[in-house]
Amino acid sequence: MSEESPDDGPVVAERGPELVVAVLLMAFAIGVIIDSVRVGIGWAPDGPRSGYFPFYIGLLLLAASGSIVIRTLLRWKKPSAVFAQRSQLASVISVLVPMIIYVVAISFLGIYVASIFLIGYFMRRHGKYGWVPTIAISIGVPLVFFIVFERWFLVPLAKGPIEQLLGF
Amino acid sequence: MEEINNLLHGFAVALTLPNLLYMVVGITLGVLIGVLPGLGGANGVAILLPLTFSMNPTSAIIMLSCIYWGALFGGAITSILFNIPGEPWSVATTFDGYPMAQQGKAAQALTTAFTSSFVGALFAVVLITFLAPLLAKFALKFGPAEFFAVQLLTFCSFVGMSKEPAAKVICAMMLGFALAAVGMDTVTGQLRMTYGFPVLLKGFDFLIAVIGLFGIGEILLTMEEGLAFKGKSAKINLKVVFQTWYQLLSHWKTFLRSVAIGCWMGITPGGATPASFMSYGMARRMSKDPETFGKGNIVGVAAPETAAHAAGTSALLPMLTLGIPGSPTAAVLLGGLLIWGLQPGPMLFIEQKDFVWGLIASMYLGNIVGLIVVLTTVPFWAAILRIPFSVIAPVIIVICAIGAYTVHSSMFDVQMMLVFGVVGYFFKKLKYPLAPMVLALVLGDMAEASFRQSMLLSQGSLAIFWSNPLVGSIAGLAIVLLLWPLIGALRRRTSGPRVATA
Repeated sequence: MSEESPDDGPVVAERGPELVVAVLLMAFAIGVIIDSVRVGIGWAPDGPRSGYFPFYIGLLLLAASGSIVIRTLLRWKKPSAVFAQRSQLASVISVLVPMIIYVVAISFLGIYVASIFLIGYFMRRHGKYGWVPTIAISIGVPLVFFIVFERWFLVPLAKGPIEQLLGF
Repeated sequence: MEEINNLLHGFAVALTLPNLLYMVVGITLGVLIGVLPGLGGANGVAILLPLTFSMNPTSAIIMLSCIYWGALFGGAITSILFNIPGEPWSVATTFDGYPMAQQGKAAQALTTAFTSSFVGALFAVVLITFLAPLLAKFALKFGPAEFFAVQLLTFCSFVGMSKEPAAKVICAMMLGFALAAVGMDTVTGQLRMTYGFPVLLKGFDFLIAVIGLFGIGEILLTMEEGLAFKGKSAKINLKVVFQTWYQLLSHWKTFLRSVAIGCWMGITPGGATPASFMSYGMARRMSKDPETFGKGNIVGVAAPETAAHAAGTSALLPMLTLGIPGSPTAAVLLGGLLIWGLQPGPMLFIEQKDFVWGLIASMYLGNIVGLIVVLTTVPFWAAILRIPFSVIAPVIIVICAIGAYTVHSSMFDVQMMLVFGVVGYFFKKLKYPLAPMVLALVLGDMAEASFRQSMLLSQGSLAIFWSNPLVGSIAGLAIVLLLWPLIGALRRRTSGPRVATA
């Protein structure tokens, strides 16, 4: 899947992700078609059934993604465009993983506390800041959001055990 | 002139102190959104939409549309000072804007960009003022078949006009339609594609998709570049502003051409981004000295900015009159209208006169306010851009998460936002267009409803789409646009010199 390029370090070729995305789209299309057939793609006494419209959507999606799969496979041996450099993908993953942890953490800690950790992590890890600015900003920003949302606009956001402890 | 009267009435609605305040707030937020990477017109409006649910719809739409104008203005700042397009439609602005800034002419470049944006928007609003009531009156005659034909036209023009491969445009679009169909079928009450998961009952909200696709996806893309902001600073004083205005007067032909391109691309859902590139290309081709383009030619800033703003503004015309948005941001605004219980379409002009004309009047005012705000606050925005990405990125992620959560107060939405973010990253990298996917997600239910109603009327015969001259010509035009690339290829083959195998 990867090939060496003398200038910019190892790269990932486009054909791999291209194929995976198109195959996933095909799988999704098949899911749409199967479920449309289940709810009925025909005609009921009061009009078209629920699957009538999505069925054709699924067929079109299947055809379009199928054509991408076939085209990618036919050109598999030919030189492929570059999807991204390995190092670029590494930095994307270094953001994506904390994001996933953040979203999971929101369920347990609430948005505010989770945000403190997210901003703090980014500033320490990617920004190489000292502890003082890190703590100031990572607590300050969620605090501002808290005032804006809970107090100003009266929009309650997800809260966790720590806010409950403080009596909100 | 009925329109003038209506418009004056609209000014009376829009020109209240709270509404003016909302405009300034909206513009400021909009510029902020336009300046920051990962936050753009579409997802910025999506994130702020839940905050407006408690406001009255007229004030809310004024603020939201001002956020949109602000985002259009803001994109130019990053392009010129930092060579980083804040928005896709300001990529063409970097070609000549950044060289101008490097030559120490940042103030002229910014003034040109803002003024051009203003001119583009102004012409587009005039167009909306006079064309929208006509179009709405015309559309009153539309039945379900005509509406479906117009929607077909919208989506076919995406396939025919985009530079992405047709298969990918169709994939993105059909994915949007399929996601829109998930959940309860509004006609029969039947559950579709939920596969037994109760969280899927409500279906996928397009706001979540927009925040994920454009917001999180953009952060991931930006991270790949490993951004280091190194920009030029700029101060704008009145003398430079007037000098630049005087200089721009001699380029009125460029303005007119760019406005025409922009309005056309905005009404047909080409969107602001292709409009800006097309306009830049036209300006260079028509120029007496095309070799100065790319080296800091003032026309190279004026042309794309005018077209982008004209397109961004005129995208609201089909949104208001037909209920079919011309851009993702217009789609989000349309979603807002639906949430406030306003059904966009021809009836809006009859039932909600205050709202419609207040909005149109606010477009005039909002752009004037916007021009003043951006001209006076440039140093401030340039300073914001110096905040390192390691601070801005997590804050934007937090804002996106809050935006996704506030839509339905649901944790599942925040998780879906992340999924859409990853989808957005891969789609952008692999050149699947996001705009048709978002439009399909927004219009999916409407398109399906009008299709089913048409089929009911005709007892399942597709012939209803050419049963009268009106619907027939719209549907015909849709097919022509769909097949446009093929037609172009054929023409080249027949008219050009014949090649043995071509």
